[in-house]
Amino acid sequence: MNIVKMMGMAALLLAITVTPAGAVEVQRVVSDKGIVAWLVEDHTNPIISTSFAFRGGAIADPQNKAGTANMVSGLLDEGAGDMRSYEFQKALEDKAIRLSFDANRDTFSGNLRTLGENRDFAFDMLRLALTQPRLDSEPIERIRAQILAGLARELQDPNNVAGRKWMATAFPAHPYGTAVSGTPESVRSIDRKDLHGFIEGRFARDNLIIGVSGDITAEHLKPLLDKAFGQLPEKAAPLAVASTTPAAAGTLLVEHRDIPQSVVVFGKAGIARKDPDWYAAYIMNYILGGGGFNSRLMEQVREKRGLAYSVSTYLQPLDYGALMAGGVATQNDRVAQSIEVIREEWRRLREDGPTNEELNNAKTYLTGSFPLQLTSTNAIAGILVSIQLDELGIDYLDRRNGLIERVTLDDVKRVAQRLLDPAQLSWVVVGNPAGLTVN
Amino acid sequence: MKFTPRRLAAALIAIPLLLATPAAAQIFNPESFVLPNGMQVVVIPNHRIPVVSHMVWYRVGAADEPAGKSGIAHLLEHLMFKGTEAVPPGEFSKIIARHGGRDNAFTSSDYTAYFQNVAKEHLELVMRMEADRIANLRLDPKDVHTERDVVLEERRSRTDNDPAALLSERSEAALYLNHPYRNPIIGWAVEIAKLDTEDAIDFYKKYYAPNNAILIVAGDITAKELKPLAEKYYGSLPPRDVPRRLRPQEPYPLTARRVELRHPDVRQPSWGRRFLAPSYSSGDTKYAYPLEVLSEVIGGSTTSRLYRKLVVEKELATAAGTFYDPSALDLSSFGVYASPRPGVAMDTLEQAMIAELDQIATGDVDGGEIERAKERLRANVAYARDSLQAGAYAFGVALTTGQSIEDVERWPERIAAVTIDQVREAARMVLKADQSVTSVLLPGKTEKVATPPQESANRAREVEALQ
Repeated sequence: MNIVKMMGMAALLLAITVTPAGAVEVQRVVSDKGIVAWLVEDHTNPIISTSFAFRGGAIADPQNKAGTANMVSGLLDEGAGDMRSYEFQKALEDKAIRLSFDANRDTFSGNLRTLGENRDFAFDMLRLALTQPRLDSEPIERIRAQILAGLARELQDPNNVAGRKWMATAFPAHPYGTAVSGTPESVRSIDRKDLHGFIEGRFARDNLIIGVSGDITAEHLKPLLDKAFGQLPEKAAPLAVASTTPAAAGTLLVEHRDIPQSVVVFGKAGIARKDPDWYAAYIMNYILGGGGFNSRLMEQVREKRGLAYSVSTYLQPLDYGALMAGGVATQNDRVAQSIEVIREEWRRLREDGPTNEELNNAKTYLTGSFPLQLTSTNAIAGILVSIQLDELGIDYLDRRNGLIERVTLDDVKRVAQRLLDPAQLSWVVVGNPAGLTVN
Repeated sequence: MKFTPRRLAAALIAIPLLLATPAAAQIFNPESFVLPNGMQVVVIPNHRIPVVSHMVWYRVGAADEPAGKSGIAHLLEHLMFKGTEAVPPGEFSKIIARHGGRDNAFTSSDYTAYFQNVAKEHLELVMRMEADRIANLRLDPKDVHTERDVVLEERRSRTDNDPAALLSERSEAALYLNHPYRNPIIGWAVEIAKLDTEDAIDFYKKYYAPNNAILIVAGDITAKELKPLAEKYYGSLPPRDVPRRLRPQEPYPLTARRVELRHPDVRQPSWGRRFLAPSYSSGDTKYAYPLEVLSEVIGGSTTSRLYRKLVVEKELATAAGTFYDPSALDLSSFGVYASPRPGVAMDTLEQAMIAELDQIATGDVDGGEIERAKERLRANVAYARDSLQAGAYAFGVALTTGQSIEDVERWPERIAAVTIDQVREAARMVLKADQSVTSVLLPGKTEKVATPPQESANRAREVEALQ
C-alpha cells in the first residue's frame, strides 16, 4: 500500500468521534444462519450501502507472492457462476449496482451499493462473487497486465516511490515491507491456485465483519445476509503473522530523481489502537501534524515559511505494528530546511508539551466534527466496519466524546515524551535534494 | 488551498445528475431566491443529520485572468484566507475548526468556490465570516509572497513532478489556440513567480462582488430559515459593476497537432487524443447531451466499446476510455485515452485506437448500446442524493457556467430524450481526426524538464528579497 493510501485509511480509522445523542442508532442484526451485521437504518433515499471485511489482507499473501490479495480484489467481479466477465459486469451495470473489492494490509474488504428494489439480485451477485468466482484465464491475464502497468506508473510517482522505500527499509523481513500491490516479479509469479488459496483461506464466517446502512429494516436484512454470506465456510485458515516494529531509526536515505521537488516521507514506531494512551496520542498528533491548518507543522512549514503546499503526520495502528509517520514535499534546494523545521517541531512538542489552548482547540474540533462523517449511508456502513475491526463496542459512538474529553494536558505531555523523539525518525527523500547529510 | 482541474469538476457534476424514479421527477428539489443586491441563493434541504454545507461560488475563474497573469484566480483563492480586519491572517480555518467545522476552497477555469461544512448551530458564524471577506480582504505583501511560494510548491507537487500532468497541461495548450482554457488553472510557473499583491487586489475588486456570487447551502435547513440570515449578512453588501465574461474566442481548428513528451521518469507510456467539442453553453450546444451519451457508450465503463475492443479483445491496452465535460462556459473538449499493455509497442496501440475512432467517427455506434448507456447514466442519479455536497456542487457548477437550476433538475429527462441518430451525428461532428490534438507519453530523455520551474522559484525569491 502506498503512503497516500495509508493516509486515507488512517483518516478513516481516526475519523470516528461522537455523534449527537440519538442521531444514529446502531442495531446488531443476527441472521437465521448466525451471520452478524451492524445496521443503521436510514430511509431518506431508496439506497442500501453494505461494507464488509475479512481479517487478513496482504499480510496473508503466500510467501514470495506479494500482491495475491490485491489480484483477487481485481478478479471477483470478472465473472462468477455461469456468468463470464462481460455478462457479470453488464448485469451489475444494468441495475446500477455498485460492487467493489479492496485489498488492504490487514483486511480484505468489499462494498455493495444498490437501490432497494434490486436488493435481492444485488446480494445474490455478491454471493456469486464471494463463493463462485470463475477466475478465467483471460481476466487473470488482463488484470495482471493492469496491475503491472499500475506498478510501472507507481514507479514514476515520487510519492509512491518514497512510501514504498520507507516501508521496505522499516520492515525488511516482514510482509509490511512489501506494497499491497506486490512487485513486478511477485505479480508475474501468482497463479490461479494462489488466488483460490487466498479465497479459501480468508473468506470465512468467523473472519467476517459487516456494516449496513440505508433503506432496509433488520428483518429484511437477515435473509439477505444469509443469501450473500451464508454459504461461506465456517472457519478461516489460521493467520501466523509476527508483530514487528520499524527498523532503521535515525537513518536518512536519498533516492535520486531529476525532479524539481523532493518528496519526503518520515516515520517511526507509533501506538497501538488498544493502548490506554491512544486518545492522548490522537490529540497530540492533531496538534503536531494531523490538524491541517491548525497543526504546528502546517503553521511553521507552510504558513510561516512557504516551504510546502502540504505537510502532515498521522497515526497508523496496523494490526501487527503501529506507526507514526508523515510527509512533506519541497523544492530541492530548500528541502533540508523543511526537514530541520519538522525535527524541531517534534522536539519542541516533546519537551514543552502543548498549551492548554491547543488541547482545547483539538478537543472541540475532534468532538464537534464527527457528524460530518455521517453524511452518506456509505460512510456510515464503512464506519460500522471500522468500529468492529477495532473491537470498540456497539456503544462506541456514544462513548467516543467522553474518551476525548477525558484526556488531560499531562496525558498529552506523557505520550509526546514517549512518541516524539526526533532521533528515532527515519527519513526517505526522493528527488535531487541539496545540503542533506545522508547516512 | 485545493485546486480543481476542469476535468475533476466534470466528474463532480456527472455524479449528481441521475435519478431512478420517473423522468419528470426532480433530483434535488432546491429552493432559490435572489437578494436585492443581485446575489442568488440556492437551498438544498437534506434533514438526515443537523449539519450544513455552506458554499459561496463566484462567476470567475482562471479563464477570466488578464493576459500575463495566469494563476491569479487561484492565488487569490489562497489569499482569501489571509485576513480581514475582523479575522486576522490564517485565522479563518482555525476558527471554523474550533467550531468542529471543515473548510476549503477550489478554483477552476470558470469558477472559484469557498465552502464550510459545520453543525447547523454554527451556520450563522460561517455566514458572517464569509460575507466579511467578500468585502473586507486586507493583504500584507509578506503574506502574499509566502503564499506565492506555497503555490509554486503546489504546482511542483501536482504538475512539475509528474510527467503525465506535464503532458496534459501542454496538450490543453495545444488544443486551445487562443482561448484562455489553454492556460493551466494553477498558472504557468514563470508567471506565478511574478504575481504580486496588486494583481490579487485588482482581480478581487473586479470580480468579488455579491452580484457575481451565488450562495448555496445544503443540509438541515430550509429557505425560510436561511432567508433572514442571508439578508442580514450578504444582503447588506453593495453590488458593483462586474465585467462581462467576454473571453478571447477559439478559431476554427484547422490542423491536426501532436504533442509528445519523452521523460526519463516515465515507466508506463500512454496515448490520448482531444477534440474541441460543444458544451451546454457554447458551440453547437444541441450536441452536448448526445456527447455525454456517446462518451458513456464508447468509454464510460468496462463494458463500453473502447475497453471491450482494445483491452479485452485485442489485448493491446490495460486501460481505454473517454472524458467529456459539458459544463464549460466556453467550448469544451472530448478526449479519448489508452495505455499499452506491457510489451505492446506504442505504434501498435495507436493504430488500433485510430482505427476504432475512425469507425466511431462515421457514426457507427450500436443503437442498443446507446439505449443501455442512457439507462446507466440515469440510474446512477439515486446515489447522488445520498451525499450532502453533490447537489451543492451541481448547482454551483451549473450557475457559474451559463446553466440554470432547471437545467440541473431536468438532466434525467434531457438524457432520456437523446436519440440514437443524435448520438451518431454528434460522433460525426466532433471526432474529426484532422483537427485533433494527439498526446503521447513515452520513456526516454528530453530537455532538462526540471529546469524551468526551478528557475522560476529562484526568481520568486529574488522578487521577494527586493520588497
